[in-house]
Amino acid sequence: MRHIWIITKRELAAYFSTPVAFVFIAIFVALTGALTFYIGRFFERDQANLDTFFGFHPWLYLLLVPAVSMRLWAEERKSGTIEQLLTLPVTTTEAVMGKFIAAWLFCGIALALTMPMWITVNVLGSPDNGAITVAYLGSFLMAGAFLAIGICMSALTRNQIVAFIAAAVVCFLFTMSGLDMVLNVFRGWAPSALVETIGSFSFLSRFQSLTRGVIEVRDLVFLVSITAFWLFATVVFVDARKAA
Amino acid sequence: MTVMVEIDRLSKSFGDFRAVDNISLTVSKGEILGFLGPNGAGKTTTMRMVAGFLSPTAGTVRVCGHDVITDPTAVKRVIGYLPEGSPSYDDMSVRAFLKFIAEIRGFTGADRDARIARAAKRLDLGDVMERPIDVLSKGYRRRVGLAQSILHDPPVLILDEPTDGLDPNQKHEVRGLIAEMAAEKAIVVSTHILEEVEAVCTRAVIIGRGKVLADGTAAQLRALVPGGSLDDVFRLVTTGAAPQAAE
Repeated sequence: MRHIWIITKRELAAYFSTPVAFVFIAIFVALTGALTFYIGRFFERDQANLDTFFGFHPWLYLLLVPAVSMRLWAEERKSGTIEQLLTLPVTTTEAVMGKFIAAWLFCGIALALTMPMWITVNVLGSPDNGAITVAYLGSFLMAGAFLAIGICMSALTRNQIVAFIAAAVVCFLFTMSGLDMVLNVFRGWAPSALVETIGSFSFLSRFQSLTRGVIEVRDLVFLVSITAFWLFATVVFVDARKAA
Repeated sequence: MTVMVEIDRLSKSFGDFRAVDNISLTVSKGEILGFLGPNGAGKTTTMRMVAGFLSPTAGTVRVCGHDVITDPTAVKRVIGYLPEGSPSYDDMSVRAFLKFIAEIRGFTGADRDARIARAAKRLDLGDVMERPIDVLSKGYRRRVGLAQSILHDPPVLILDEPTDGLDPNQKHEVRGLIAEMAAEKAIVVSTHILEEVEAVCTRAVIIGRGKVLADGTAAQLRALVPGGSLDDVFRLVTTGAAPQAAE
């Protein structure tokens, strides 16, 4: 545990060692706000809730989370520091967890800075704050799941751009798999069990129930186990392709 | 003498390519082993396996009694390792980097700071401690890598080309440092600078095509070519006497 925290601290410091981190956070906060007010027509809807605000999160994460995760292993490979890191007395699991937690905290900071939205909606009306809390939790968990995919893609390459694109594509598939548009492709010929399985892997449907303020254990279990699965895959890939 | 590093029938293949082919070696306390060989001979691959970075295809390494396959973390704890090219986190300052390594190695507070100060003094890093590593010259970067490897005063040092990129004065200092630490440690130094072998090593091993081609003191090796220099021996062993090892 101590090793994980030391690595987390280093990775977090690495995020903030360049202005890119601040630019990233500014973009995330500005975009969530702008999309909610202009595209989501926050005022015209005349409803004291943050449904539209959270509705945009999966789509923003699709582009922004891979940008956070792309450097985590690709950069270590490219610069050769992976050899320095993995010849210290830490396990690969500790290194993966340390990096993941740093990236997750970074996303958490960006998410926390959207709090003015929450305050605004409280000033304008009386929203269901319990539901908003659950939605924030859901959003944070989904960011974690996206990050786990991203860190895994980062472990497969030494090129950060490749890591970014691969992560965005896989995240996109997981997000879209619940939409009728995708499922209709399978409905014609595939057994319904398969269609349902594909649909059940969708982040979107899980997240949507959380944004409505409904905590369902199976949604939480889904997001946490998806995250755990990709982190486990990351450990396997890092171990298998250390010198590649 | 106590055997500290025991390389036991170690092999490593990358696909069809056999980078390290059944190497067995021991290094004892007090020894400075020079690891010689042409580029691509398998020096770095062997050292990476000893340091626990690569897993062997066959065979194993025992360091201070710990097996690198069954207990890699214990091995990493007793080794100070300088990777080839001494990669370090460019965005960190020298002090932050050494602090990170010291903390991972389990040192905190005053003990950590004292160890960093001692290593920095030994490698003459005083002036650059607060600078980011990416602005440092090659020589300084190498010294940061060396400082990192001796922070925990390990019983075994594995140094992959520790003097590469240093100027003659710095080379002299680093060799002095290695010789100074030799008494209570087992040290393996890879190099292709043959004068280095005569200057610091108590024993040299020449490898080529992943195999041990010669093993002995500098004097013993020189005897292979009467009246010749170590350069001649190196050429004979890696090309002449073992034609299959030609580059």
